[in-house]
Amino acid sequence: MSTEAIHDEHHDHKPSGIGRWLFSTNHKDIGTMYLVFALVMLFLGGASAMLLRAELFEPGLQILDPDTYNNLLTNHALLMVFGVVMPAAAGMANWMIPMMIGAPDMALPRLNNLSFWLLPFAALMLTMSMVVPHLPGGGTPINTGWTLYPPLSLQAGMGMDFAIFTLHILGISSIMASINIVTTIVNMRAPGMTWFKLPLFVWAWLLTGLLLIMIMPVLAGGVTMLLFDRHFGTAFFDAAGGGDPVLFQHLFWFFGHPEVYVLLLPSIGMLGMVVPTFSRKPLFAYKPLVYSMICLTALGMVVWAHHQYTVGMSQAVTTYFMIGTILISIPVGYMLFSFIFTMWRGSMTFETPMLFAVAIVLMFSFAGVTGVMLAVVPADLQYHDTYFVVAHFHYALIPGALFGIYAGVFYWLPKWTGHMYDERLGKIFFWWTTISFNLTFFVQHFVGLAGMPRRISDYSPVFTRFNEISSIGAFAFGASHLLFLWIIIKTVRGGKKAGAKPWEGSQVGTPGLEWTLPSPPPFHSFSTPPMVK
Amino acid sequence: MSKRSLDGLAGVGMCALSGSVFAEWEINLPEPVSPVTREIFGLHMLTATIALVIMIIVTAVIVYALWKFRKSAGYEADQNFHKGWFGNWAWVLVPVVVLGIDMSVAGKATKVFDLVEDTTPPDMTLKVIGSQWKWTYEYMDDGIRLVSNLNRDRKTDDPLYLHDVDNPVVLPINTRIRLLHTATDVLHAWWVPALAYKKDAIPGYINETWTIIEKEGTYRGQCAEICGGGHAFMPIVIKAVSKEKYAAWVQEKKLAAAAALAEADSAKVWGKDELYAKGEGIYRTNCVGCHQINGQGIPNVFPALAGSKIATGDVKAHLHIVTHGKPGTAMAAWGKQLNDLEIASVITYERNAWGNDTGDAVQPADVKAAR
Repeated sequence: MSTEAIHDEHHDHKPSGIGRWLFSTNHKDIGTMYLVFALVMLFLGGASAMLLRAELFEPGLQILDPDTYNNLLTNHALLMVFGVVMPAAAGMANWMIPMMIGAPDMALPRLNNLSFWLLPFAALMLTMSMVVPHLPGGGTPINTGWTLYPPLSLQAGMGMDFAIFTLHILGISSIMASINIVTTIVNMRAPGMTWFKLPLFVWAWLLTGLLLIMIMPVLAGGVTMLLFDRHFGTAFFDAAGGGDPVLFQHLFWFFGHPEVYVLLLPSIGMLGMVVPTFSRKPLFAYKPLVYSMICLTALGMVVWAHHQYTVGMSQAVTTYFMIGTILISIPVGYMLFSFIFTMWRGSMTFETPMLFAVAIVLMFSFAGVTGVMLAVVPADLQYHDTYFVVAHFHYALIPGALFGIYAGVFYWLPKWTGHMYDERLGKIFFWWTTISFNLTFFVQHFVGLAGMPRRISDYSPVFTRFNEISSIGAFAFGASHLLFLWIIIKTVRGGKKAGAKPWEGSQVGTPGLEWTLPSPPPFHSFSTPPMVK
Repeated sequence: MSKRSLDGLAGVGMCALSGSVFAEWEINLPEPVSPVTREIFGLHMLTATIALVIMIIVTAVIVYALWKFRKSAGYEADQNFHKGWFGNWAWVLVPVVVLGIDMSVAGKATKVFDLVEDTTPPDMTLKVIGSQWKWTYEYMDDGIRLVSNLNRDRKTDDPLYLHDVDNPVVLPINTRIRLLHTATDVLHAWWVPALAYKKDAIPGYINETWTIIEKEGTYRGQCAEICGGGHAFMPIVIKAVSKEKYAAWVQEKKLAAAAALAEADSAKVWGKDELYAKGEGIYRTNCVGCHQINGQGIPNVFPALAGSKIATGDVKAHLHIVTHGKPGTAMAAWGKQLNDLEIASVITYERNAWGNDTGDAVQPADVKAAR
């Protein structure tokens, strides 16, 4: 052990016991808690998906009644979006951003503590929403899907109220986390760390944070109006009282579409770190890439109604949303182009994070082209609410968000734990999970075109074959995550020591301050700000 | 890329996509039988082909790069690649190429969209009303009303399981049909891929689509917008027939409706068994979606009728809930949808089926008094 490491340990006054976690204001500890929380939720959300796929394995209702099916469907989405991807990305932001920009910690450490500790309570509320329908007087389970469209959501029982409050708590938590991250990035950069020296991951999170601050209040407002319609006699969304059911859809998707970019951008940022590292050359076109992320963020705010082509908007309005949506292919296409040409004339090696990065570029491109297909209004009038859409957004969100997080986990695990993960197991996990993912979702494009609507608990035998394939793929995909868990546990417990700079190519193109710290880094990152040249 | 070569590619793509013989390996939209779905199909094949070509190019470039620029082959990274002319101008090049593809797609799309939104006066109008969980059809020009429910006799090994109904919609071919969509309770969406694209059925809204069916036959679809527990169980079946057959069917329906009306208005006192038999049919058409065929409902969701307080207690309360519904729940007010005789028979059925042996025979006159 170097003298420097001993020196650092000497200064690490870590609080001990449960208090270290409960009252933590340390960005790394809070980051770890976020990541562990996301991992737990990943298994819960995954388990609900397994139940759904088991029910869909063959026609007829075997294990779930339709309302329980719909309830699990809703919870699967809410868990994956709010419980897995957002907390995992926030965990990485907590861990990495202060180290990347040369700050001692986050700007608002106590707010950081609160924004994490709201999450377990939100998870508890969400669990309760599944339990109360089975108690006397609980009413119907939430059978709406995560979009919570009225009037169906007005019919549901008490579980819906729990879901509404869950969304309120989650919203407060993400707004606080976002304010913290944006403040940190704006105020806490080391001297010389100018805007265009920021690592791409930091840029991505700056934009994600701003997006969340803009959209979460709109969702909170929408679900509050829902709550008032349910209990206090208002009629915002009830046509019989002069309200408009479609108004909720606009409020929801004003949040919901940018939310997709909230899930996506941190992973794009992750790619911006992983691809140059393993290509051993700087990011191709860093500045245009940053501008295209800004462009994506802005465009993403004004195209929400492409989720509602079938509600009967005027032709002019619908055409506007179609053109806007198709234009999104420009910044997204440019990002993928940049990553491909970062690899071009590089000197590539294929460790697990890089394998994930390559797979993401390929599969996310595929989600992109089916996205353009869906953006085209007349064709969408056929695709809308079928499995084609289910396949499209799983191709967007699993590679685009989840695999990006996996790439980040493998990329940074050595930095976080001080140990190298088992490369052989990492590669097995990559192939297992990627193949089974494609097996699950590729065939859903076909079954959707052939006429299978989404969100149905039972289907006609004409759709059986592809559903069987999809379910088998899903079980393998689910099972692969046990290996993921094992790799993480194994790495935390021990393994080959990782140096301060575990990857040969890290630090190309960006200041890479995180790699100047030992692995694992000291409890307080930079007590004196480093100078960035 | 020239238009001709694009068409050629689309042709190849179409052959590959529609080559399946068995319905359960079907991988593409069904063969369109109306002008509007045919144009949409063409647009779909165009965008699908462009998507395929882009994916082939992207995959080829990536695979080549992975092979060529790997460290294990001794390739040295070119640290200045992004500073060359390509690096400096790619930010112009890529958006221009992507924009070009986008605009060619959008150009074709807006043309097809004009056809979708075409509001030429129709030859007939069919109002489609979604409710939990059945479709009601109103032939606006002929005053015919039809309730269409899932055919529950089909078992899971039957290819038509969940794709068959008791009363199919009968429509004439080569007739411009305007479809009006609305709903009585929650959102639904009426979708028959071969001839009718989706528009949501929204309570308080009337949305409009149109079609011209060009071929006789039976076309199937189902509800496409989640509407609660029965969402998977509200299929659509259209029987498209010649204009002559359609006219005959309309005549027959009108006569039957007139006869039913006369029967309901007559002062006849009905026997319990007659009412029970009629009521069973009405129950199957209107009530099984929620209360189930065995009267058990769905625990915690829809109340059971077998042995329930309402179906075995005071007749007046029973009449009231059926006629006026129960606000705040899925229970609809049937007073507007069923005539006195129909309500009398379904109540008689409910009070005597599944061990509810009240022995009551409710008369149409009782219903009239309760309205």
